[in-house]
Amino acid sequence: MKGTWRRDVILLSRRRDRIMVGVLTGSAVLAVGVLVIIVGYVLWQGLPVLTPTFLLEAPEKMGRAGGIFPTIVGTVVLTAGAVLVAAPLGVATAIYLAEYAHQGRTVALIRFGTESLAGIPSIIFGVFGFLFFVIYLDMGWSILSGALTLAGMILPTIIRTAEEAMLAVPREYREVSYSLGGSRWQTITRVVLPNALPGILTGIMLGVGRSVGETAAVIFTAGASLRVPHSLFDPVRTMSVHFYLLAREGISMRNAYGTAAVLVLSVLAVNFVAYYLMHRHLARLRGAGR
Amino acid sequence: MTAKVETHDLKFWYGKVQALKGITLRVGTGEQLTIMGPTGSGKTTFLRCLNRLNDLVPGTTREGQVLIDGQDAYRAGADPDALRRRVGMVFALPIPLPMSIFDNVAYGPRLHGVRGRHLAETVERSLRSAALWDEVKDRLGDSAFSLSGGQQQRLSIARVLAVEPEIILMDEPCSGLDPISTLRVEETVEQLRGRYTIIFVTHNPQQAARLGGRVAFFYLGELVECAPAAQMFTRPRDRRTEDYISGRFG
Repeated sequence: MKGTWRRDVILLSRRRDRIMVGVLTGSAVLAVGVLVIIVGYVLWQGLPVLTPTFLLEAPEKMGRAGGIFPTIVGTVVLTAGAVLVAAPLGVATAIYLAEYAHQGRTVALIRFGTESLAGIPSIIFGVFGFLFFVIYLDMGWSILSGALTLAGMILPTIIRTAEEAMLAVPREYREVSYSLGGSRWQTITRVVLPNALPGILTGIMLGVGRSVGETAAVIFTAGASLRVPHSLFDPVRTMSVHFYLLAREGISMRNAYGTAAVLVLSVLAVNFVAYYLMHRHLARLRGAGR
Repeated sequence: MTAKVETHDLKFWYGKVQALKGITLRVGTGEQLTIMGPTGSGKTTFLRCLNRLNDLVPGTTREGQVLIDGQDAYRAGADPDALRRRVGMVFALPIPLPMSIFDNVAYGPRLHGVRGRHLAETVERSLRSAALWDEVKDRLGDSAFSLSGGQQQRLSIARVLAVEPEIILMDEPCSGLDPISTLRVEETVEQLRGRYTIIFVTHNPQQAARLGGRVAFFYLGELVECAPAAQMFTRPRDRRTEDYISGRFG
């Protein structure tokens, strides 16, 4: 057999192997590099602006001076509202699709629909939210209009990721639960959901990220008021919108970068906390922390 | 002997493929029956008809009767969850749920509302019955994945015992185990004999002979013959049985 091995073929395949390792490593380095450069640049420009005053005081002269406190409140309230509406609804829909619905043409159609919906540009959601919530339902530019619009926008992503996560739970786990006399609902709450939670959480975090970063849909539905809101019917300005207006109107690049730095840091913090909680949950699930 | 489990002309299809071609079988209360047959002979399908686990598989059809204690398991209004509580099942591969050893055994009782001290007692009793207690009593909080394959399978048995079923279905519970672990599982089955009605599935004639009791030989979805082990392994009535136990096919 030894004589039939072609040394040149082996050498060639080894060289190809080395080339591919190089290409793949290069791609990874490039992808991470771009991220590091963007985040780094924003922080480099924005961190010096961050002072307690900047974080805790209201803007003056349209944001040329003063802080960004109302926009922080606006971002938190709007995102929380969107997630509070979209997460329960999305997870419930996903449970229906993954566990209850007859896996036929209708479910395939719903799946295709949600997937398409996830790809629709946010400005479309913005215009729809403006026409439906702001005008037709007469909610005006408000937290309510904005949060409901954002909820609609992030709903498809939450449904899809949650459903994928539930379908990925091994069928054997369900069978064990059923074979011990568990009902469908008991099986869902005790086996399926705990095991799908990391995936469900990923979808919700993607939704948080999209909500925090959204500008177009928010300007159309929640307005751009610089006052601290007192009720759900007050308009707000989010950090992203503030950043956009400061930069677009050339009001203050310095404060724009300051706002961007707060944005980036808060998204990183939220992700960090979410992943920490997820790992703790996983460790407990595997029975390490009893 | 009264019949605990009885099937009449049980037929089953996956789509258009017929897996059971009319099985009529009786298992007495407290009896241990071994079903033997090659892969694809319908053994597992048969078991999964008894606890209605096949209900969960889309695109399947069933005909014929399954009687548990003389009652039709598929009658209108019958509750499959309640049935499965009485008809426990140990799967071919050990499937620990991703939780602690304690929580695995407690899973079933908790479904049915058992809590607190009574739960702890149930878990201990079940682990003792499955001959696993001494090996795990100091590490009940550890992950079930930290157990060896044989221990995981005995954990599966303990998990079934914890819901106090009347019938236990064992679907090739030793197929993934080494000979020593296999022996431990067989000893466990030995100790459960008489207290539960057991239907044990295996493809292995030697194991069927070791377990004793009555043996049913399944082949291509048919029940070829059913006889006490001693008789089947010395004087099989059917040519196919003879070929199978002598290792000519399968």
